[in-house]
Amino acid sequence: MLANDRVTLELRAGEVHALLGENGAGKTTLMNILYGLYRPDSGEILIRGVPTQIHSPRDAIAHGIGMVHQHFKLVFPHTVAENVALGLKRTPFWAPIRVVERKLRELSERYGLPVDPGSRVWELSAGEQQRVEILKALYRGAEILILDEPTSVLTPQEATELFKVLLRMKAEGHVVVFITHKLGEVMEVADRVTVMRRGRAVGTVAVAGTDKAELARMMVGREVVFRLSKGKCMPGEEALLVQDLWARNDRGLHAVRGVSLRVCRGEILGIAGVAGNGQRELVETITGLRRAERGRVVVLGRDLTNRSARAVADVGVAHIPEERLRMGIVPGMAVEDNLILKRHHRPPFSWGPFLRLREVRRFAQESIVGYDIMTPAARAPAKLLSGGNIQKLILARELSGEPGLIVAAHPTYGLDVGATEQVRRYLLGGREKGVGVLLVSEDLEEIMELSDRIAVMFRGEIMGVVPAAEANLEEIGLMMAGERRLAPQP
Amino acid sequence: MDWQSWLIGTVSRALAFGTPLLWGTLGEIYTERAGVVNLGVEGMMILGAFSAFAVAQTTGHPGLGVLIAAVVGGAAAVLHAFLTVTLRANQYVSGLALSLFGLGLAGLLGRGWEGIPLRQPLPNVTIPGLSRIPVLGPMLFQGQSVLTYAGLFLAVVLWVLLYRTRWGISVRSVGESPSTADALGVNVFLVRYLCVGFGGLLAGVAGGFLSVAYRPAWTEGMTAGMGWIVIALTIFAAWDPLQAVWGAFLFGGLYHLSFRLQEFVAPELLKLMPYAFAILVLALTGLGKARRRWGAPGALGLPYTRGER
Amino acid sequence: MRRVGPLLVERRITPPRSAVIGVSALAVVIALLVAAIIFWGYGVSPWQAYAAIARGTVGSRDGINEILRRSLPLILCGVGLTLAFRAQFWNIGAEGQLLAGAVAATGVALFAPLPGPWLLLAMFAAGFLAGGAWGIVPALLRAKLHVNEVISTLMMNYIMIYIVEWLIHGPWKGATMRGFAYSDFFPAAARLPWIPGSRVHWPTLVIGVAAAVAVALILARTRLGYEIRVVGQSTDAARYAGIDFLRVIAWAMFLSGGLAALAGVGEVAGVHFRLRSPTHISMGYGYTAIIVAWLARGSPLAAVFTALLFGLIFAAGDVIKVALRMPFQITGVFNGLILFFLIGSEMLMYWRVRLAPKGERWTGRAGSSER
Repeated sequence: MLANDRVTLELRAGEVHALLGENGAGKTTLMNILYGLYRPDSGEILIRGVPTQIHSPRDAIAHGIGMVHQHFKLVFPHTVAENVALGLKRTPFWAPIRVVERKLRELSERYGLPVDPGSRVWELSAGEQQRVEILKALYRGAEILILDEPTSVLTPQEATELFKVLLRMKAEGHVVVFITHKLGEVMEVADRVTVMRRGRAVGTVAVAGTDKAELARMMVGREVVFRLSKGKCMPGEEALLVQDLWARNDRGLHAVRGVSLRVCRGEILGIAGVAGNGQRELVETITGLRRAERGRVVVLGRDLTNRSARAVADVGVAHIPEERLRMGIVPGMAVEDNLILKRHHRPPFSWGPFLRLREVRRFAQESIVGYDIMTPAARAPAKLLSGGNIQKLILARELSGEPGLIVAAHPTYGLDVGATEQVRRYLLGGREKGVGVLLVSEDLEEIMELSDRIAVMFRGEIMGVVPAAEANLEEIGLMMAGERRLAPQP
Repeated sequence: MDWQSWLIGTVSRALAFGTPLLWGTLGEIYTERAGVVNLGVEGMMILGAFSAFAVAQTTGHPGLGVLIAAVVGGAAAVLHAFLTVTLRANQYVSGLALSLFGLGLAGLLGRGWEGIPLRQPLPNVTIPGLSRIPVLGPMLFQGQSVLTYAGLFLAVVLWVLLYRTRWGISVRSVGESPSTADALGVNVFLVRYLCVGFGGLLAGVAGGFLSVAYRPAWTEGMTAGMGWIVIALTIFAAWDPLQAVWGAFLFGGLYHLSFRLQEFVAPELLKLMPYAFAILVLALTGLGKARRRWGAPGALGLPYTRGER
Repeated sequence: MRRVGPLLVERRITPPRSAVIGVSALAVVIALLVAAIIFWGYGVSPWQAYAAIARGTVGSRDGINEILRRSLPLILCGVGLTLAFRAQFWNIGAEGQLLAGAVAATGVALFAPLPGPWLLLAMFAAGFLAGGAWGIVPALLRAKLHVNEVISTLMMNYIMIYIVEWLIHGPWKGATMRGFAYSDFFPAAARLPWIPGSRVHWPTLVIGVAAAVAVALILARTRLGYEIRVVGQSTDAARYAGIDFLRVIAWAMFLSGGLAALAGVGEVAGVHFRLRSPTHISMGYGYTAIIVAWLARGSPLAAVFTALLFGLIFAAGDVIKVALRMPFQITGVFNGLILFFLIGSEMLMYWRVRLAPKGERWTGRAGSSER
């Protein structure tokens, strides 16, 4: 597939340059080429007017290019200093850490990036880990710093802090490339912006001479900013009731701390929050994948606390998992096998210990047609499918059992515009039919658009629940940062 | 026999028995720290044992024998590295193949050498002064092989290298997160080749110790499953060179006891003791809270391909 | 896509069956060519060696019988291992499970006063249960205590080897065997019949083929088989789907160990008629079966055929020993070499090579298509 089509990008010293575009527009691919991770088929890179070959990240670093990936490239069990020292040639062979720690403190000071060099990376918050990444690049003398979707792991307040750092770097003469799909951030921090769409650079404009509407038009290629139509919420009986739930994460620390929630039938409850504040553990505890230490989970009137994942699914809970490739499908197995993953043990797909292959095939055909899953064949391995089609496969499977509750974790993460729209429609469709939906997402816009009510999670606690109609961004941001807490609802 | 001489004998022999385990485990620790499992330790050890004996017997230089054993073990390990790092083959299967191949080849080549005593074994040393300390002297400093002390020294050196140098950071990072190391310009393939090869080197020495120092003779299958114990010890030592020391000597003691206790228990049942104990130890480390401390390198067993996350 | 001279090389996601078979066959052939060097180094002409092997194995009726006899334990162990491997459970313990079967069968044969055919039936049943139980232990250790199964199954091989040694030196040492470490001979009712004119204990062959068919059906058409496949491909997806990991691998290992144990029953009841030294009962069948299952790519039906190939290699080992006076260990070298070339050639299957159309411009490779 062509990910970048004849793109020209010019960066000036001492500017923050935003690279704006939808998911799949080719922004990250372009930057990976600049950083030497991918090889371009044609075209050239000039640094200070000199044609330069960048074959590897090592070349890129040598030319003063640094990159902070969306998924941090850190060695999590190691300390901050060890992470910075990794691959450095100019440190002493013996005890390099001492030297690195000293210089690290200087850099922290100079750019306003506080972080303790001796702490282990896995102990840090996402925001701190991001600082480590930036320090790593600065330590290596990065003149050009590429940040890929840097705010996706930050609270609005943390994002503001980051922007201050970027301005300081600009003042020191660095070039900052800021990859994003959020218009507001472009307006707030960038000097110039290059908009990408379907692998092409649509244009580069100065931020001062443009506005959100123009950028949106350039980005999407049409005038409208799409809004899904949402019917009125009719709360019926409870689809999900969570009371004082406590659970630990994989490291044995409390990640869910006394969460209480209710989701009515025909309602979407959105859970906003920065990643890593216990959302994953909450979802896993509700769906039977993690032990609850304390508290209750009641689904459709039945107490399912600490019942098995199978029991929870059998009661009618659909789960659209966060990591769809790792959890949601079995990549090596056929599409038709994947479609019965959670129901293979029940009629009509099984009879005693045997599988009824004819029923499996019939159901696969129905689902492929009904959900418009693009696959070469029902017997083709699921790993051949594109991200959007994998998500459709999961939806087809999860929604087929007439669920009473849908637990959806980051259901549109990484999907292109079309697939995102489709996924959202299915969630809203479920809501129309009276299904309760628990929606966890990092994308605040998505939460605002889809939810009837919004709950904000911070460090394993619910900071408050507000009706979406009354929610404002600043208040939610403060709750995401743990700065404000609303009185619990009755 | 009074308990004191019994204790002295046991500890002293535990050191001797534990020496090949220590060398092998140190090697496997570096191999696995770089993210590669090598189940071929048994094969590399037996190849080392045979080549050390053959060289020592023909040249009369046991030291040269051990050196050649290291080279042979290293070469065998590089083959494993080629299959698993370059060709990205399954590490378990490749290691098993190496063990099968090594046992077969050593058995094939060693047919004519069976049962001959080595004319010049590797000498044991007694450390002057220290050996005259009561109890501890004869226990630790009398009649031990040079390789025993070298192994101890190596454990310390390897620990320092791993935790206190630039190389150590690279090695550990390659095992934890190769994509990160690669992005920062560390040559993941080179590091893996070096560590796997180094591991083989040490496994070769471990085998050489058996045939030119411990029991200066060649018998087919003389490693008797020690290579597998090494794999278990690597986990048991939590991939830490210093912890490997007492793990190796503990199992050395166990091997020795399986001879010592023969007057009380059937010898066959005693011989299965180290293997049963290895399972027991791994089961205990798997219990409850202890597990968190025993973190395996994050990318252990996974082949690395550029551009994949 | 990459161009090499006039050829275009392309990576594919799933190799077609023809590529798997073709490349695997090529790997085996190359391994045998490399093994020729060993003959040459031993002062034996490789041509003569392979000619002698061909005459002594596929070239004669007795040879073919011998191949078949050697294949029997490999079929059962190999088929059993396909089950474990499909669950991504690295059962390296077929050797010990086989011996467990031999021990249980011996116990029944020597001490159970059962009449006629019931005795053999009881031997197979006891063997299956013993091997299954021996197989379940590492499954439990893995699921409950996170003990790596490669190590536990290996260690359990050694434990079983020494248990057998103990039995034949101690409690079960035969009264009629004087100084030798054997058990007593089995009664006639505990001996398996041979195909006339050979030493092929045919009931084991029937059981082996039936087991292959049964395991194929289990994998393709039962809930257990489906769950084994899911667990093998992705433990995370299995957890998500509410599949009980412990239950699935315990079943897979029970069956896997049980089948390997049937091979052990076959060896003592069809070949040796007594319990004797582990190296005589097994000769490494349990380890070779790993290659059998690997070469069969986890297909139990294919394992029957790959078992025949390795039966041939074992039979060749006998020929080499007798005709060429080389040690039997050469089979280990053969096995290791074949395995090396098999896994080394794995990547080849994923490359499709075809002639480049004339005039097409080389576009190198697109970065994004690599992901």
